[in-house]
Amino acid sequence: MELRPILSAMSRNKFGALLIAAQMAVTLAFLVNALTLVQQRMAWSGRPSGIEEANIFMMQTETVDQAGDLAARQARDVAALRGLTGVVDAYATNMFPLEGGGQIESVNLTADQKTPTAYAAHYMGDEHMLHTLGLKLVAGRNFTAQEIANRSETDFPPPSGFIVSKALAARVFPQGDALGKMIFVESDNKSSPIIGIVDRLQGPMTAATGFVSTFEENSVISPYHLIGASSTYMVRAQPGQRDAVLKAAESRLYALDENRILHSKSMQQIRADAYRGDHGLIVLLTCICVALLVVTAFGIVGLTSYWVAQRRQQIGIRRALGATRRAIVRYFQTENLMIAAAGAATGIAFAIALNLWMVRSFEMVRMDNSYAIAGAVIILLLGQFAVLWPALRAASIPPALATRGG
Amino acid sequence: MFRYYFNLGLRSLRRNVILTALMIAAIGVGIGACMTALTVFRAMSGDPIPQKSGRLFAPQIDNWGPDKHTGGPVDHLETQLSYIDVMALMKAHEGKRQTGMYATLQTLRPPDPKQKPTKVFVRAAYADFFSMFDVPFRYGRAWSGSEDENRAAVVVLSREMNDRLFGGANSVGKTVRLDNEPYTVSGVLDEWKLLPRFYDLHIRPFGDADTIFMPFTRAIDKQMANVGSTSCQGDVGVGWEGRLRSDCVWLQFWVELPAAADVQRYRSFLDNYAAEQQRLGRFHWPPHTQLRDVNEWLKYQHIVPSEVRILILVSFGFLLVCLMNAMGLMLAKLMGRAADIGVRRALGASRAAIFAQCLIETGVVGLAGGLLGLGLTALGLLAARSLLTKEFVSLAHLDGADMAIAVLLAVGATVLAGLYPTWRAAHVQPAWQLKAQ
Repeated sequence: MELRPILSAMSRNKFGALLIAAQMAVTLAFLVNALTLVQQRMAWSGRPSGIEEANIFMMQTETVDQAGDLAARQARDVAALRGLTGVVDAYATNMFPLEGGGQIESVNLTADQKTPTAYAAHYMGDEHMLHTLGLKLVAGRNFTAQEIANRSETDFPPPSGFIVSKALAARVFPQGDALGKMIFVESDNKSSPIIGIVDRLQGPMTAATGFVSTFEENSVISPYHLIGASSTYMVRAQPGQRDAVLKAAESRLYALDENRILHSKSMQQIRADAYRGDHGLIVLLTCICVALLVVTAFGIVGLTSYWVAQRRQQIGIRRALGATRRAIVRYFQTENLMIAAAGAATGIAFAIALNLWMVRSFEMVRMDNSYAIAGAVIILLLGQFAVLWPALRAASIPPALATRGG
Repeated sequence: MFRYYFNLGLRSLRRNVILTALMIAAIGVGIGACMTALTVFRAMSGDPIPQKSGRLFAPQIDNWGPDKHTGGPVDHLETQLSYIDVMALMKAHEGKRQTGMYATLQTLRPPDPKQKPTKVFVRAAYADFFSMFDVPFRYGRAWSGSEDENRAAVVVLSREMNDRLFGGANSVGKTVRLDNEPYTVSGVLDEWKLLPRFYDLHIRPFGDADTIFMPFTRAIDKQMANVGSTSCQGDVGVGWEGRLRSDCVWLQFWVELPAAADVQRYRSFLDNYAAEQQRLGRFHWPPHTQLRDVNEWLKYQHIVPSEVRILILVSFGFLLVCLMNAMGLMLAKLMGRAADIGVRRALGASRAAIFAQCLIETGVVGLAGGLLGLGLTALGLLAARSLLTKEFVSLAHLDGADMAIAVLLAVGATVLAGLYPTWRAAHVQPAWQLKAQ
C-alpha cells in the first residue's frame, strides 16, 4: 500500500485528521485511567475478609434500663445463642470486619515508643471467636476460657496474650519469629506475648483510600469480653440456615429480655453496604468508558463519511482506473490506522501524565503499563471497526461516476 | 437578524438529520455526564451557613506533640480537642460566643407506651450553640447560660423528634425520658438542615443525626459516652474521670468571632494558651495552633469524597471528547454546505454575516444538546442515588442554578468548539464554489 497518496490527501484535511487523533488520545487517556481505578476498586472490594461470611450474622443489643449486672446479661445472651439449634458458635465482641469504623491501636515493640511500629484493628473476643468466624490458626494456640477477662471501654486488666493476623506479625516481626514475642497494645508500659497467628483477618474500616487503608490487613485480638450498655454478638449458623437462625436468635434474645433494642444484619448485607460506594464508582466509570468509546466511534464514522462524500468523484476515477473495491476499503483503513497510531502514541503519553497527576491529587493507584498498551490496542481496533462502514460505502461507489463528472 | 439566523439554523439542522442527531447526542451525553457529577459536587461542597460562615471558627491545638499525629492532614493537627482544652477555652470566654460539644447515643423512651424505645443521637452543647448557628425555633427557646452551669435536665427537640413524640404539638414544659431520666423540653426547633453538618463531620455529615440537644455539662455529669471518634495517645486514663483528665481528643469546639480584629486576638490567645501549657510542663513542644472558618474547615477535612472528585474529572474528560466529536461533525456539516455559502457570499453577504449565521447555527445545536443533557442529568442523578451510598447523593437535586449551568455550558462549549469550523466556512472562496458547480 502506498502511504504517500494517503498522506497528501490527509494534508488537505489536516484539521479533521488532527481532531480524530486528538479525540482518540483523550479517549485513551481517560479510558486507561478509569479502567485502572475500576480494577483497583474491584480488587479492593472483592478481597476476602478472612471470615466465613456466608453463614455469619451480627447482632447488636442494648439494654434499655441499664440496670443489673451487665456482664451477666451478656454471658446469658451468648450462652442462649450458642444453645440454639442451627448455631455453630457465637461470641461477644467490640467490632467486626467490614463494619465501616472501629477501634484502631498502635502496636509497639518498646515502652513509651515515640513512633508506632504498626497500626492495627483491635478486636476483642474469647475462645469461641476463631471457631465462630472460621479463622485459620497458622501458628501458636487459641485463647483458653481462663484467659478471658471482662473489661469496660477504658478499664481493663493487662491481657494474657494476643492473637494477631499474619499481616501484622509480618509487619512487626519481618524475620517471621513473631510467635511468643512481646508487644505493646493499648498500653505504653505493659506488654503481652503473641500467643497465636491467624492466616487472615481484615480490619473494620473499608475506605479504599486514606490512612486507614494502609493497614487494612493488620489485626490484633485481645482476650476480653467488652461489657457495656450495648453488646455486639457474632453468630455462625449451619450452612444454608443463616436467615432462619437469625430470626430464631432474635426471638430468643427478646424472650430472655424484652426490654432491649436489637439490631441484626447478615455479613452478606454488611459487605454489600460496606462497598456500595466502590461498586457505584465501578458502575459509573464503566458506563462512562463505554460511552467514551461509542462517542469516539461515532465521531470517526461521521468524519470519515464526510471525507467519502467529498471524494466520491476521485474514488470513482480510481475505480475506473482499475482499483478494486478492496483497495478502496484498504485505503480508508490505512488512513485511519495512521491517524489512530498517532492518537494512540499521544494518548499513552497523556494517560501517563494524567495518571501521575491523579496519583498526587486523588490518592489514585499507579497505572500498570500493560493497561496503556491494552488501551492503545483497543483504540486502534475501535478505529478500524468504526471506519469499516464508511469505507464499505466508499467501495460501493460505481466507477461510472468518474465519467459523469459530478 | 438574530431571529432569521436562528430560524435558518433550525432549518439547516433538519437538512442533515443523521449528522445533526449525532452532534446533539454527543453534546447531550457529555453535558449529562458532567452535570450529574457537578450537581453532586455542588450539593456537597456548598456553604452550609452562608450568612455566617466567615465568622465561625474551629480552633485546633496540638496537645500530642509533633511526632504523634499520623494519617491526618499534611499539617498534622487533630480535628478534635481534649476535655482539658475545651474546658480552658470555655472558661477563657475569649470569643463572642463559643461551645464545646459532642454526640452521644441515648435510649429514648417515648411518652406513648405503645412506641418501642429507640436509640437516638443526642448532641451535648452549650446554650450558645443555638444563637451561634442561627438555629430557628418553632416553640419555646434554648436553655439559658445558668442552666448550663446548673447541669439542668433540659432538652431541645428537633422538629422531626417533636413530630414523632408529640405529634407536632407545642411540647415546651413536657417531659421526655432519656436513659431512664426525665428531661424537660425547653424548646422545639423549626426545620433546620445543614449540608454538610460542618460542626461535627465525624457522624453522617450529610445525613440526619442530631434530633435532641442537651447541656454539655449535664451530659458530662451523667457520663454519657461519645459516639463520634475518640483518638488517644499515651495515657488513656481509667474510667470516665480518667477520660476527662486524659489528652484523648473527642470534642468539637466552635467560636464566633465577628470582626477581623477578634480573629487576630483569638489566634494570639490560642498561641498564648499553648505557650502557657508548655511552661506548665503539659506540652513539651512550642505552640502549634490553628483557627479555620467554616469553609476552610470543610476544605481541610476533605468533605467531598475522592470518588466524587474523580467522577467530575472523568466526566469533564468525557465532555471534552464529546465536544471534539461535535467539532468534527460540525466541520463536516458546514463544509458540506460550502456551495450554499459560496452563493450567499457571491450575492454580497459579508464574511461577518456568514460567521454570525454559522455561529448561531452551532448555538442552536448547543441549545438542543443542553436540553437533552438536562434530561440525561436527571437520569444520571437517579442512577447515582441508587448506586452510591444514599446519604452521599440524596441531597443532590437539580435546582435552577444547575439547569442554567447546564444550558450555558452546552451552548458556550458548543459555540467555542464551533469557532474553527465557522471560521473555515466564513473563508469559503465564492468563486471556487461557483466554478465547481
